[in-house]
Amino acid sequence: MRHEVRFSGFGGQGIILSAVIVGRAAVMYDNKYAVQTQVYGPEARGGASMSQVIIDDDPILYPKVATPDIYLIMSQEGFEKYGAVAEDPSVMLIDSTLVHSRPKCRCIEIPATREAKLTLKKDIVANIVMLGALVAATHVVSEESLRKAILDSVPKGTEDLNLKAMQLGLQLGKQP
Amino acid sequence: MTRTEFWQGNTACAEGALAAGCNFFGGYPITPSTEVAEHMAAKLPKKGGVFIQMEDEIAGIASIIGASWTGARAMTATSGPGFSLMMENIGFAAMTETPCVIVNVQRGGPSTGQPTMSAQGDMMQVRFGSHGDYAIIALCPATVQEMYELTVKAFNLAEKYRVPVFLMADETVGHMREKIIIPDKVERVDRKPLVPGALPFKAEADLVPGFPQFGKGHHVHVTGLTHDERGYPCATNPKLHASLVQRLVDKIENARDEMADYDVINPDASRVFIAYGGPVRTVQQVMHDLKDKDIGFLRIRTVWPFPEKALAEFKNAKAFFIPEMNLGQMAREIERHVNVPVVSIPKIGGELHTPADLIAVLEAHP
Repeated sequence: MRHEVRFSGFGGQGIILSAVIVGRAAVMYDNKYAVQTQVYGPEARGGASMSQVIIDDDPILYPKVATPDIYLIMSQEGFEKYGAVAEDPSVMLIDSTLVHSRPKCRCIEIPATREAKLTLKKDIVANIVMLGALVAATHVVSEESLRKAILDSVPKGTEDLNLKAMQLGLQLGKQP
Repeated sequence: MTRTEFWQGNTACAEGALAAGCNFFGGYPITPSTEVAEHMAAKLPKKGGVFIQMEDEIAGIASIIGASWTGARAMTATSGPGFSLMMENIGFAAMTETPCVIVNVQRGGPSTGQPTMSAQGDMMQVRFGSHGDYAIIALCPATVQEMYELTVKAFNLAEKYRVPVFLMADETVGHMREKIIIPDKVERVDRKPLVPGALPFKAEADLVPGFPQFGKGHHVHVTGLTHDERGYPCATNPKLHASLVQRLVDKIENARDEMADYDVINPDASRVFIAYGGPVRTVQQVMHDLKDKDIGFLRIRTVWPFPEKALAEFKNAKAFFIPEMNLGQMAREIERHVNVPVVSIPKIGGELHTPADLIAVLEAHP
């Protein structure tokens, strides 16, 4: 099974780290293949940041994403620049606290930044909330692999906070 | 026990250098190679090595040449503008037969060009960029795994042939993260020591002189001037200059077949792709998607010296197709080795060829 996932938001939200965590979960703990790429230009430092991950059971040849089947969008500018093109049968998870537009494809609204702020008192972990929701909604990697990859990647002392953020996201992302 | 990692290409390059026994890094950070220097700065001192951020790239390469003469396995990493600044001392390293590894994570040029975008525009500069006649070795990785493996290989070739060896990566491969399997240990080739009493620039049968060990009783004069076998300047002797420079070229050219590293896929095919670095990945995708036995692929890792014997393996080739992230630099080199049409597929602007780009060219040349 192959997935092409596109992440976008503004610089500082942890968009790139989110993509790296998903790729790491797939490679290190789900025993799959993954390639992660990102936009490196100056606009990525404060403007719209974008990163993409391909996950596949087989080795990945062409490393760039052509048509994402999953979008994870965390800012209005990110939506306009990297999400507005999305069409069925893609699915888009949006941080509904920050994105006002809605795509033409199926959309899952996750109030990640609001919930991170209200429930965890730290909106900095909104990206991890989104990752929990992504995995609950799409199973692009397993929950256990996501948990391990998060623990590998976050700063020491923030493990509990990040795992709570992931759990919150898993609940928010579960489809009725 | 091997282990699996999910690494960026530049990280894999730095880790490959550490595995190969690199114990000196001197350089000046520049996008898109910076992560190589960052990783070496974090790791090398903890392994007992030395990391120095120099004032610029001229000093960066000068520092690794000096370090190498003390016996260090030395490396620097750079990109376009920094690579241009290094050119004079690259010639000095070739003339003084100094083993060293130079990583160039290529970006769009000329000048400062496209710092964050991908290119392969330095493939002729790496071969001919310094003045005068000389020869070097250049390797091109297409995967994160090869960023590791070819860095190891670069160190071993540099030591074996006493020559600057270049890892000619591109931003695509340098910056992407993917799965890599790290071996327990890697092959290590050390420079051949100078036999006590022998002259320091007198070559042996392989055309490579032994290397004087720093602090072990040798007095050696190291100069970029044309020098005799003692290392003394001898810049007006035509015969001596001719034989010295001819040997510097021959020691690499004679080993061309021995060091050639390439894969041949579908050798009976009539239409054959040739690629190195990032575009390898696009060709692989096209081969996978089309599943056409009549399309062949020569995947090259040792770009210089160019492995020309590999071309003869495609006996039925009616045309060669060369996708490169430049305006056809290696296509011109390939053209002079074959008697069938060479179709250059240039792409500049900073993006890798897409599979559709290549399929369109195939359709135009049925």
